[in-house]
This record gives sequence, structure tokens and C-alpha cells, in this order.
Amino acid sequence: MTTAVRNEVRVRGLRRVFGERAVLDGVDLDIAPGEFVALLGASGSGKSTLLRALAGLDGEGGGEIDVPDKRAVVYQEHRLLPWSRVWNNVVLGLQGRDLRKRAEAALGEVGLAAHADAWPLTLSGGESQRVALARALVRTPDLLLLDEPFGALDALTRLTAQALVADLWAEHRPAVLLVTHDVEEALLLADRALLLADGRIAREYVVDLPRPRSLDDPRFIALRRDLLDGLGVRAVATSRAVTSKEAR
Amino acid sequence: MSADLLDPPRSALPDLAEPAPAARSGPAAVLAAALGPLRRARKISGLVAVLALWEIAARAGWLGSTTPPLSDVAARGWEMASSGELFENLGVSLLRVLKGLAIGLPLGLVLGLLSGLFRISEDVIDAPVQAVRMLPHLALVPLFIIWFGIGETSKVGLIAVGVVFPLYINVFHGIRGVDERLVESARTCGLGRLGLVRKVVLPGALPQILVGLRLSLGVAWLTLVVVEQSATASGIGFVINQATQFLQMDTVFLVLVVYALLGVSTDLLVRLIERRALAWRRGLVAR
Repeated sequence: MTTAVRNEVRVRGLRRVFGERAVLDGVDLDIAPGEFVALLGASGSGKSTLLRALAGLDGEGGGEIDVPDKRAVVYQEHRLLPWSRVWNNVVLGLQGRDLRKRAEAALGEVGLAAHADAWPLTLSGGESQRVALARALVRTPDLLLLDEPFGALDALTRLTAQALVADLWAEHRPAVLLVTHDVEEALLLADRALLLADGRIAREYVVDLPRPRSLDDPRFIALRRDLLDGLGVRAVATSRAVTSKEAR
Repeated sequence: MSADLLDPPRSALPDLAEPAPAARSGPAAVLAAALGPLRRARKISGLVAVLALWEIAARAGWLGSTTPPLSDVAARGWEMASSGELFENLGVSLLRVLKGLAIGLPLGLVLGLLSGLFRISEDVIDAPVQAVRMLPHLALVPLFIIWFGIGETSKVGLIAVGVVFPLYINVFHGIRGVDERLVESARTCGLGRLGLVRKVVLPGALPQILVGLRLSLGVAWLTLVVVEQSATASGIGFVINQATQFLQMDTVFLVLVVYALLGVSTDLLVRLIERRALAWRRGLVAR
């Protein structure tokens, strides 16, 4: 696998094999600077594998990957070091002066400036995830990789966190790759939604709806149906309809 | 040592069981204020009862002539303390333990770090260490006496050997037990190898390392008792041996009490270190 550094994301023919199975089999992917791309796919379709390859966490696999040098990752679990105070977690691995100030500024953006000196174990799940966002933001990444970052949050907290990500993206404009299961989340946030199936990008949906987006916009609903269709969710609904007919 | 010592120190906990005095008024406040000391009194009441029972039973002669009453033991303690005999021998014993720890603990720590951090050194170090660990180190007493003579070297050496293994194993497993995901995310945050060890691996392994320290200190006292059983002319082990030969039962009991106090105080010391070094866990405890 060759990896080069540039300003946009460019992946060509990425292949990753686990044992006998090719999880990624010729993935081509482009993300322009400042573009928000959502990556959808069934469980085990290789979404996280692709994200890990872009993050530089997976050295194995073949193909070409060009990514910006400044990258940051937010995982499904917050992955904060419990033995470091919140602000130390935010600036982990950074060097230079005014680290404390930079940490406080980033924490301020996610509304947690008051918790700079707290221990991570005292935070709630949503707060921890916001700290993880601050930790990513403080690095002013050109590419922000989000690996189901809202997956472990409860429904209400998830809505606020999604809105926060939308705001932060609008403010800082990094390129974003959001891996998610949630079709609505993808359509609320992304410029494009990609569907990963059989080891490659099977379909692309351009989401050219004005922001902020609304769940009851008819175009939103149409896109949502399209995407669910692509994910194969419709098939279940149809078969259920058939069985109910038979029952009658 | 009681399991209670392993629990988080009560002072680190918010007063969950005891109602906050400020929130109450009238008789309830009086009750709450009385509850704190009452609880403390209850905690030591068991110990006091046992000691009182000992005193009464020995005075009444129920325990036979070989068990002196507590007051005699205390008097003997005072006598030996004021003559300097107790502290002189205690000093000798403490020095043996300290020397043994000074050799054994760094050795266990370094070997554990090497095995935990590098695959190559794990392959080289772990198998022989595990093999030697299977041998009860107290079985080495005769060998050490033949090798190093009956002087200090064999005693200190055996204490050193004894404390290596508990620390080694806990350092090793502490490091291996650090959450791989934390290491991975810290790496994406730009930490290098050294930074990962310093900021992620070592702090993550620290709780387990301190468990190892606690076990090692226990082993050190145990080994001290055994090596001072024979071929020594000083130390608290010598004191108890001599007293046994002359059937000075008050001295025998006194040394046993001293052993107990030594064990308790080292455990308190480690607990103090834990409270300092693992302060981040208090949040966990409080929830």
C-alpha cells in the first residue's frame, strides 16, 4: 500500500484481506477539502476497515492512499485516558506553548470549558464524546475521521451531538468521513453518502439539500427511502407485506 | 490482613452512608453528629473486645501458664523499648528488609517492564523467570546459607529473591492489560513510542503494579521471619528465638505484635501511595 500526503483524500484500488476474505476489494474514494462524506454499509461491510486505513492505523493492504497529513479520529468509544485530566486528554501528543489555553478554547467550543480539570471518569457518555471531539478539533485537522461517534449515545444526546458536529464542521471546514449505520444521520450531515457493499463503493448519493436540514422535507424522505433501498432494508419490508397478505 | 484494608479508604468516599449534618436540623442533626464517632467506636470495638478478653482470660488463668496477659506484654514492650533492645534489633531487621527490597524491587520492575514492553525480551526473560518462580523461594534457605554463609548476604539475598516475582508478574500483566484501543487512539494523537509508554502504558499498568508492590512487601516480611529463624545474633527474629528458648512468653508475644504492626504499617504506606497515584479513580468510586 502506498501512502502519500496531499490536501484531499484520494484512494485508488484499496484492497484489504482478512484471512480468506477480501473485506475491501478495490475501493476508489475521493473527498475534496472541506467536503462532508458519510459512509454507510451493513455490519461487516468494511466501513471501519476503510476508516482505519485512512487514519493510518492499518499498514497492511494494497492500493493507493493519499490523505492529508493533519488527521484526527473520533471513535465510537471516547477513548479518553482515565488517568489524565480532561484538558490533558485534549492536547495529548501536542507540543508547544499555551497548551492549556488551546485545550480550554477547544473545550469551550464543545461547551465543556468548565470541566477542563475534571477526571474523565466523572463525565457522562455524551460529555466524554464531546471531549473526544474537542481533542480532534484542537489539532485543526484537514481530515476528520468519525467512526460511528454517536453510536453509543442515547437518542436525545445523539441529536445534540449531531448538531454540534454540524456546527463545528461549518465553522472549521475539515474534510470529514463519517462512518455510520444511521441513514438519517448521514442525510442530516453529509454532502455525499456512499454505500459500501461487497468490498467496494457500490453507490453514491449526492445530498444537495439546503442546511439546516429537516427530517420532514419531502426530498429528504425520498433520499432516505433510496438509501434504505440500497442498504437492502426495503426487501425486509416487502417480504413482511407478502407474509401479511398470505396471512389474510 | 483483613479484606477491609483492600477497600478504598473511607475518607476517599463521599459520606454516602452517613447523612449530611448540614441538611438536617433538630434531633436529626444531633443524631447525625453522633453517628460519625459512633461508627468509629463500633469499628474499633471488635479489636478492643478481643484484647480485653485476652487480658481477662490470661489473668483468670484460662489460657494456661504459657499465655501472658496483654498488660505483661505491654510492660515488657515498654521495658525493651526504654532499654533500647527493641529498637536496636528492629533496626537490624528493618535494614535487612530495606536492603532486600532495594535489590529485589528494581529488579522485578525492570524485568517486568522489559517483558511487558518488548516481545524479544519477553521471549528471553519470561520463561526462566516463570520457571524459577515455581520454586518456593523459602526452600532456598539452606542453599543460600551454603552459598553465602550465615551472614547478612544470605538473608538479604533471599528477601531480594522473594520480592522479585510478585512485582515482576504484576508489572508484566499490568502492561499487557492496558486497553489496546487507548494505545491506538493515543497513537493517532501523535504520541511516539516513548510518549505512549510514559502517558498511556505506565499509568494504565500502575494499579496492577501497586498490587504487585503490596504483595512483594508481604513476601519481604514473611521472608524476614524465616531467615531470622536460624543462624543470627540480632534482629527481632533473634529476639523471639531467644525468648522461646528461655520461655519468656511475654517477649514472644511482643515480637508477634511487632510483626503484625510492621505488616499493617507497610500496607498503610502502599494505600497512601495508591490514594495519591490513583486519584483519578476516585471519580469512579464516587459514582
